Amino acid sequence: MPTPSPARTAFLEEAKKRILITDGAFGTEIQNWKLSEADYAGTLGLAKDQKGNNDILALTKPEVPEAIHRAYFEAGADIAETNTFSANRISQADYAAEHLVREINLESAKLARRLADEYQARDGRPRFVAGAIGPTNKTLSLSPDVNDPGYREIDWDTLVDVYKEQAAALVEGGADFILIETVFDTLNAKAGVMAVRKLEQELGREVPIMLSMTLTDLSGRNLSGHTVEAFWYAVRHAKPLTIGLNCSFGATQLRPHVRALSEIADTLIMVYPNAGLPNELGEYDEMPGTTAGLVKEWADHGQVNVLGGCCGSTPAHIAAMAKAVAGLPPRKLPVPEPVTRLAGLEPFVMAR
Amino acid sequence: MNTTSPSSSSGARFVNIGERTNVTGSAAFKKLILAGDYARAVEVARQQVENGAQVIDVNMDEGLLDAVEAMTTFLKLLAAEPDIARVPLMIDSSKWEVIEAGLKCVSGKPIVNSISMKEGEEAFLAQARKCMDYGAAVVVMAFDEKGQADTKARKVEICSRAYQLLTGIGFAAEDIIFDPNVFAVATGIEEHDRYALDFIEATREIKAACPGVHISGGLSNLSFSFRGNETVRRAMHSVFLYHAIPAGMDMAIVNAGQLDIYDQIDPALREACEDVILNRRPSVEGEETSTERLIALAESYKGKDTVAEKAAEEWRGWDVVRRLEHALVKGIDAYIVEDTEEARAAIAARNGRPIEVIEGPLMEGMNTVGDLFGSGKMFLPQVVKSARVMKKAVAHLIPFIEAEKQPGAKAKGRIIMATVKGDVHDIGKNIVGVVLQCNGYEVIDLGVMVPWATIIDTALKEDIDIVGLSGLITPSLDEMVTVAEEMQRAGMSIPLLIGGATTSKVHTALRIDPAYDGPVIHVLDASRAVGVASQLLSDTQRDPFVKTTAADYQHVRDARANKGASKLLPLADARDNAFAADFSEKAPPPEQPGLHTFADWDLADLVECFDWTPFFRAWELAGTYPAILSDEVVGESARNLFADAQAMLGKIVSEKWLTAKAVCGFWPCARHGDDVVLHLEGPQPPLHLPFLRQQFIKSRGRANFCLADFIDPAGDWIGGFAVGIHGIDPHLARFKADNDDYSDILLKALADRFAEAFAERLHQHVRTTLWAYAPGEQLTNEALIREQYRGIRPAPGYPACPDHSLKPILFDLLKAQDNAGITLTESQAMLPTSAVSGFYFAHPESQYFGVATIGRDQLEDYAARRGVDLATAERWLRPNLD
Repeated sequence: MPTPSPARTAFLEEAKKRILITDGAFGTEIQNWKLSEADYAGTLGLAKDQKGNNDILALTKPEVPEAIHRAYFEAGADIAETNTFSANRISQADYAAEHLVREINLESAKLARRLADEYQARDGRPRFVAGAIGPTNKTLSLSPDVNDPGYREIDWDTLVDVYKEQAAALVEGGADFILIETVFDTLNAKAGVMAVRKLEQELGREVPIMLSMTLTDLSGRNLSGHTVEAFWYAVRHAKPLTIGLNCSFGATQLRPHVRALSEIADTLIMVYPNAGLPNELGEYDEMPGTTAGLVKEWADHGQVNVLGGCCGSTPAHIAAMAKAVAGLPPRKLPVPEPVTRLAGLEPFVMAR
Repeated sequence: MNTTSPSSSSGARFVNIGERTNVTGSAAFKKLILAGDYARAVEVARQQVENGAQVIDVNMDEGLLDAVEAMTTFLKLLAAEPDIARVPLMIDSSKWEVIEAGLKCVSGKPIVNSISMKEGEEAFLAQARKCMDYGAAVVVMAFDEKGQADTKARKVEICSRAYQLLTGIGFAAEDIIFDPNVFAVATGIEEHDRYALDFIEATREIKAACPGVHISGGLSNLSFSFRGNETVRRAMHSVFLYHAIPAGMDMAIVNAGQLDIYDQIDPALREACEDVILNRRPSVEGEETSTERLIALAESYKGKDTVAEKAAEEWRGWDVVRRLEHALVKGIDAYIVEDTEEARAAIAARNGRPIEVIEGPLMEGMNTVGDLFGSGKMFLPQVVKSARVMKKAVAHLIPFIEAEKQPGAKAKGRIIMATVKGDVHDIGKNIVGVVLQCNGYEVIDLGVMVPWATIIDTALKEDIDIVGLSGLITPSLDEMVTVAEEMQRAGMSIPLLIGGATTSKVHTALRIDPAYDGPVIHVLDASRAVGVASQLLSDTQRDPFVKTTAADYQHVRDARANKGASKLLPLADARDNAFAADFSEKAPPPEQPGLHTFADWDLADLVECFDWTPFFRAWELAGTYPAILSDEVVGESARNLFADAQAMLGKIVSEKWLTAKAVCGFWPCARHGDDVVLHLEGPQPPLHLPFLRQQFIKSRGRANFCLADFIDPAGDWIGGFAVGIHGIDPHLARFKADNDDYSDILLKALADRFAEAFAERLHQHVRTTLWAYAPGEQLTNEALIREQYRGIRPAPGYPACPDHSLKPILFDLLKAQDNAGITLTESQAMLPTSAVSGFYFAHPESQYFGVATIGRDQLEDYAARRGVDLATAERWLRPNLD
């Protein structure tokens, strides 16, 4: 058995006391810096343009992610999510930067770790680093070719290796947890879980997992077709520190699904919605007070343990949320009956 | 036997695993896979799901196949079919590499079939750990280093050892499914005679020794000796399951469409199968063995055709249009198909279209029915019978209409009917559906336990005009609010109708109406449904009707808001005013403590105890039995209904359609505050049953009651029971297939009567014999119905004990699932639907009362006593708050 993670214990301890706050969007914050191709590319001499490769800034312009992490900590965040959403071999290949995957993740995690420790030293409140792993742009469950439904662009073993490479570097750089986020394909998430399990075996210590599903339609399914309940049954074996939802919709649209998940999941619930739905220009214009008011409803109903923001959210949104839920009790974990829970795209429960 | 079980989130009691996508079990499937015809192979999977398989077994173990490749290819194709992929998969192979390849393609939580200790503990645990990492439940074969378990002792020994090993590495017990090996019986080899019995007995012992696990098995081995004789094989499988399921078998790999109803198997064949399976007549030198008897009988067994005789009647001589109308109005379905065909052929002969049969004579007949019903000259039972005739006629015409590719008769409107998630009751919903159909509305019946997403998806896709929700138990009220919220969220604005026994205008106005901006209408009973629907879909009447109803509901809300919440006593004061029972009068301890089970109570005995009045109420016929039979207004209708009910009862009893099972028990206890604390046998901690106390202000020295008041703090006894009526599903399926809503509703209503009668009869048996605190009691049926006896049996979810969530505690105490086959849905509805459960209180002063509204103080106190958070308690007690 791998050594248990002290960070898990510390996190659970804090989560008993209050609703914790994770940070908000990086992409939209980076846009505010109006960086040029030269800013992104630095002196790496890569074969392709780097503009838009946000994750590479860890190597070429680290003051940008540092400033954003600081802004979120100042806003009241307890968790820093590393700026590594696309720092995997598959996504970095688009920028001819796949050989830098380890370095990007390592530096990003070190940066977040240094800042988390700095803020924790200031006021004694524990801060945590979640090493963020995005879904990649390949899916294990769906064929990109409508005429060949059995075709897959990638296979399980390859994806497990891709995730494991990223997770190993994040943990090496000081990440407390691995956050498998924006899960549009449940099988991709299961491969991510397997990657972390293998990493734990190699390291001989526990690496807690955080999981966050993203919905693609209002009825509450992700792209691979799983309902929120089926998703939970399919990944419950990961014993995740948190399970939840992020991205795709604003808090208004996520509401019923947050409630459904909160009723069944016997672990912490983390939700970080977008700042509403994008307007016709593709911009998010939901005001911080509005988002905070919406997520506070979940807190009022005892449905959440960790809150934060995704696309379009800013340090002002995070500050407003932190203020809105300060002092409210965190969700208590339900104790589900020990019955057999299976899942296809839909949940299936056997009686005892 | 009842092998159908509700799917998805309800908590299935017995799981049918589709076996047709298995190359070792299906020659047809093997042929498709070997030929590389995966498109048709996928269709085999689809058919199984459509036929009710709840899990799909996929097996590619065939020497000529690259099993890894075939498994991977097939599973990836299934992932692209949402209709199939919605159910969990079972990855079936004897080779671990094939299983692991499958696990890499399956996105939900599948079952691995199977792993075993054949290669020793190390390999077994390594594979089990992999299953944990992939997130899969697992079938464990009773197989160890020495070989496959054949005797009962070996089966139990191997499974117990595997259980210890698996739970030792943190494998969840509920994710373990044991397969104790079904072997062939009736092989002529004496050592094989006990195989089936050993399986059944081992199942019982494994379930006891390994808490939490499931038991599965493949049935086809059992009847291997009778290859080619499907009648005997099916009978053997059914008889085997009939005995193995109560022993604890809860999964089987089986072709669900090919199981016989136990009670409908030829008794001679059934008995012969039973002798073989239960090894009931061990062979005696010189006498014919059970196996020989079954073989002999198998040869002689031939299916018999029944000849239906049709009595010629006067109206048969009329012209076809008149005959159709007569059949509709009188609800006679005997000739409807031939008459419809005659009408169709006549119209076709003059180049007319088949739809004209519907638009012409059939609609005219139904309009007559609608008018008669609307003017109170016809009653529900007849309307439902008429609808059955209409449905059969339309079913006959549909192929002709579709062949013509012309749109069907234009309905007045399309209405969704659904019993909400967590609830299984549908008599009322079906009645409303039938009435609406009779009046020209198209009804899309989504069935029972329907999640809101399905309702909304259907509403959006099918261009629906009205959504109708139904529910019987109180948690359904909350679910209806959720549906309303989600309809709002989905941007819908079509009317939402609310109906069912616990629903009310007040709840609708206070909780549902504010959640949805579209019109929300509470429909009191079926007779109002047509009026409501027609007003809602009328261009001129809609707006005034919606406006009046909305104003009415606003009035209800205002009245509620002004009423204030000050009329409750503080909990402490209510407790000070508790009922003081005289405990010198308390009942003696039970004569026969412990649990008592009744596997098959005589149905004829129960018919004696029927309380018929609620039966007529279910059909919306007002009056008390037997006076209702001679009632001036509804008497004729009631008499006809009663005659049909008696005829069906005769068949139910003589052909034994239903099985009445029950369990009851008694436990020593003491009152502790508002809790009753049970002292259970063995090392179990005391169990607290928290009850609720009335808090409204009582007049003239009346007490604020709580059920705990009837229990002596110095030591006393409490009882509990659950009764269920099993076996209804195959008959309902038969009626459904026959478009016979009338018989469907009639049978459900009668099954409910059986359940209630059984509860009454069992209570009597408890009073006179088991607990025996009233050994000399002599009561007539009328006195029983009027409850002129000592003691009460309040049920969780009813006024004296409104918290439905006490049911799981009661069921655990009674082991109600094992002992009476009754399970609970997530909203605590009982399955089978016709079931009653409750507690027994024996004190002579114990009485029924309603808890009614309680205060926040009691809610908080109760949540703490119950050990649940406030939100959960609030959800369960919602109807008793504000």
